[in-house]
Amino acid sequence: MNISLNITKTITELLSGFMPESAANIGAMVTIALIYLAIFAVAGLYLVLLERKVAAWFQLRLGPNRVGPWGLLQTMADALKLVSKELTGTVKADKFLYNLAPYFVIVSSLMALSVFPFTQEFQAFDINIGLFFLIAISSIGVIGILLGGWASNNKFALIGAMRSGVQTISYELSVGLSLLTMVLLTGTLQLSEIIEVQKNGWLIVQGHIPAVIAFMIYMIAGTAETNRAPFDMVEAESELGAGFHTEYSGMKFAYFFLAEFINMFIIAAIATTVFFGGWLSPFGITESIPWLGVFWFIGKTFMLVFLMMWFRWTFPRLRVDQLLTLEWKYLLPLNLLNIVLMALIVWLGFTIQL
Amino acid sequence: MEQIIFYILALIMIVFAIASVTSKKMLRSVIYLLFTLCGIAGIYFLIDYNFLAAIQLTVYAGGIIVLIIFSVVLVHHIEMELTLAKRSKQILTGLACLIGLGIFLTTIYGHQFNVVENSVTTTTEDIGYGLLSYETGGFILPFEVISVLLLASMIGAIVIAKGKKLTDKNDTTL
Repeated sequence: MNISLNITKTITELLSGFMPESAANIGAMVTIALIYLAIFAVAGLYLVLLERKVAAWFQLRLGPNRVGPWGLLQTMADALKLVSKELTGTVKADKFLYNLAPYFVIVSSLMALSVFPFTQEFQAFDINIGLFFLIAISSIGVIGILLGGWASNNKFALIGAMRSGVQTISYELSVGLSLLTMVLLTGTLQLSEIIEVQKNGWLIVQGHIPAVIAFMIYMIAGTAETNRAPFDMVEAESELGAGFHTEYSGMKFAYFFLAEFINMFIIAAIATTVFFGGWLSPFGITESIPWLGVFWFIGKTFMLVFLMMWFRWTFPRLRVDQLLTLEWKYLLPLNLLNIVLMALIVWLGFTIQL
Repeated sequence: MEQIIFYILALIMIVFAIASVTSKKMLRSVIYLLFTLCGIAGIYFLIDYNFLAAIQLTVYAGGIIVLIIFSVVLVHHIEMELTLAKRSKQILTGLACLIGLGIFLTTIYGHQFNVVENSVTTTTEDIGYGLLSYETGGFILPFEVISVLLLASMIGAIVIAKGKKLTDKNDTTL
């Protein structure tokens, strides 16, 4: 395997200073896995806190403010509580699949996290099919939800799981096609090269009208793919209890919960990389300090995460038929037209290069 | 290192393939099949066929397995178990499998494989140019034929799904 692993190379060189080569390889892999697990856990917990703070702000409340300064340790305390809770289960559930389901969801979102270039150097897996790999991985997560819903042996959970399957399969199409529109501009699927291309202006500027349309379609479909409001029929509280995770408790519930928030982060991070220049600073103002890239990346991503939370508290929940009409009758034809428009613009050279 | 990963993947594939056909619970065998397919994707990643690996994950794991899960979930109850086949059928299937395995193994061991010294990752750019070139070694004709086939099957699916025209006035509210 000769895949360029940016941080892997650095850590391997560091470790091989005092270890034999094979041990250094394995050591580097373990180190990187631990780093990404830590990012995963911390980002997930603080996204939950951010959601609660944003919700409170929209509803003119204060939000969590007791545990730690400004409630900053609230979600840490929640996680500790969830770890200590009993893991319940139904008697007639299929135990093996019931226990397996959360891991599908969490492993698929963890794998997706590994390909993002947080800065020029900080990227674990710079694969040459980056975007396509992300789409491929995101299609695995839904299996966990379907399994969890079926294996709990609960009608609400099963209905929630089926709704989730329908929704994810439909909206995956729009996510893929809107990203394909942008690939027409970049000419590559590798995430680091996509960012290289954007040194002449972010893609949303380069592609102007079709890029903006693609961004809007991507955000709608991305919100639907993470099963968040206004597309949260999967766990519509007033109809289904808690949807597919009705029967889960303790840490297994927390896995579903964390994975949902990390998926939101992933959707926002893809949008950052493809539309808003990833770690590039606006107008190259911090070009001389490369490590500042991580702040730009995280900053842009959190702006988009905030946008998704804003959706949640602005729009009412859709019905199932409205959801499918939106995808198949409006977004998909629009998306196909948009691809043709983008192809014309790239062909005739009407892109804006700064 | 790569050898160890290969043996781990091979073990995963074989164990789950056997588990998939011997499991008595339908959805469990689907999941075992999923693990086998993921193992194949892992092998593709190991030999640097990244594009094929991602295709394997999208089409088989993400598409076909989800479809199978859908149909199983719709028809299957959690307490149902598959019944065992008759003894004579079991023996017959076992023999057929053994013959197949034998032919497969003799072919594999009889063939002289060339060892490639340096592996080169095939980029998506190469695949794209290969699919659209009409010179020798290009794949434009199969590509177009497959597009026509896909279009035909899409139209066919729509015609089948649409069924007869709705004549009942009450049904038009949908």
